[in-house]
Amino acid sequence: MKYLKNVATIRLDQEACTGCGRCVEVCPRGAFVMREGKAAITDRDLCIECGACRKNCAFGALAVNSGVGCAQALFMAAITGGEAVCGCSDTGNASSGCC
Amino acid sequence: MISGPSECCKTPTDNPACACDPKTVLPHAPGALPEIDNRGDMLCRLSDHFRMNYRVVAGLYTVGNPSNNSPVLVTAGYRLTCDMLRESVTGKDVWVLVLDTKGINVWCAAGKGTFGTAELIRRIQSTDLAAVVAHRTLILPQLGAPGIAAHEITKTTGFKVLYGPAYARDIPAFIAAGNKASEAMRTVKFSLWDRCVLTPMEFFPALRKFLWVILGCAVIMGLQPSGILFKPAVAHSWPIIVIGLWSVLIGSVIAPVLLPFIPFRSFAAKGALAGAILLAPSLMRIDLLFCGSMFLAFAMLLFFIALASFLALNFTGCTPFTNISGVKKEMRFAVPAYLAACGVAAILLIIFKAQEWGRL
Repeated sequence: MKYLKNVATIRLDQEACTGCGRCVEVCPRGAFVMREGKAAITDRDLCIECGACRKNCAFGALAVNSGVGCAQALFMAAITGGEAVCGCSDTGNASSGCC
Repeated sequence: MISGPSECCKTPTDNPACACDPKTVLPHAPGALPEIDNRGDMLCRLSDHFRMNYRVVAGLYTVGNPSNNSPVLVTAGYRLTCDMLRESVTGKDVWVLVLDTKGINVWCAAGKGTFGTAELIRRIQSTDLAAVVAHRTLILPQLGAPGIAAHEITKTTGFKVLYGPAYARDIPAFIAAGNKASEAMRTVKFSLWDRCVLTPMEFFPALRKFLWVILGCAVIMGLQPSGILFKPAVAHSWPIIVIGLWSVLIGSVIAPVLLPFIPFRSFAAKGALAGAILLAPSLMRIDLLFCGSMFLAFAMLLFFIALASFLALNFTGCTPFTNISGVKKEMRFAVPAYLAACGVAAILLIIFKAQEWGRL
């Protein structure tokens, strides 16, 4: 299953990539492959903007506006003025079904 | 469920569901990971309150009789997660390092950063892991990667991070393959069954909020120039309430379960389409269901299609393939559409009431 077309903000800087393969390892959607010793994105629409690749890239070759793809969290953030996070909050004040 | 820290923290394994300060757990006395709790695992699919307190205290645990060469598996302090992990490694000898994720699963906690670099470093140090095991390798769940910078863990603690499979059930195969995950092990699936088990937690919370719709419906239907009358409030409301409940079921259960089979990529559009198709047959009996009024029929249908769409949109967070940019884009057109639907429905309701009162 794929989500909306052409919305994912993932960007890969081929120059900075050292070909370590960590992004291929962490991507839960199989959006990366190794091609000629460097990482490459196969299909941008696969990206769920979880941020795993950016977080684990030691060379800063990946950029993505990551966050929760969760309407409930975004509605709550809009209402409370807080940050859009998974609604299962630390205080035990549960409001979301995501966890 | 939660007992005072004084009793429960001394023996985390006797009372694993307690939520006490993990710092008080003795670092040098790892206990066995709690046994699988099938009843609790079912309850947390049904109750928010139960789920939020379904925890395992952070610290180092054992499964079987691990030696200083046994693998170290890192996981979250959500009991359901720990149970799945335990089920997959039963019969093996492993160390399990449970992070303090406030009772949240790996994926959500990684997104929040509680299953994160700082917490992992802190937990490695507080459990004195470097003295417990001779090797320097940690196996992390792949879905924890959004919270963990593997290179920083290595730099600070000397432990090398290996991302294991996405699913705990693949851990034996991962270890057997020499700590290598196949592409299939790395990819998150979202089967019909996966979607089914998530729907009760969509349906029941929605049902609680639906009580307000019932109340509003009874007031509007019962409202007469002479006050709110009980008889029309009941007689005219109940068919609409039944149709409303059907729309809640469409948006929170039917649309999520049939997700890949409904056209459109947008969840709001999927919900609206499913709502429109499954609610439309009620237009055939306007006489029976909507007091014979086209205005009432279209007001309620508009409102309930919007409700089904909204509930389907709320399912975005339960799926492993949406992204925040897409959800924001959906909301940019869905929210104005919902407001417009509610506005038009309100105008149609006023016309219906005016006609009804005109007839009296």
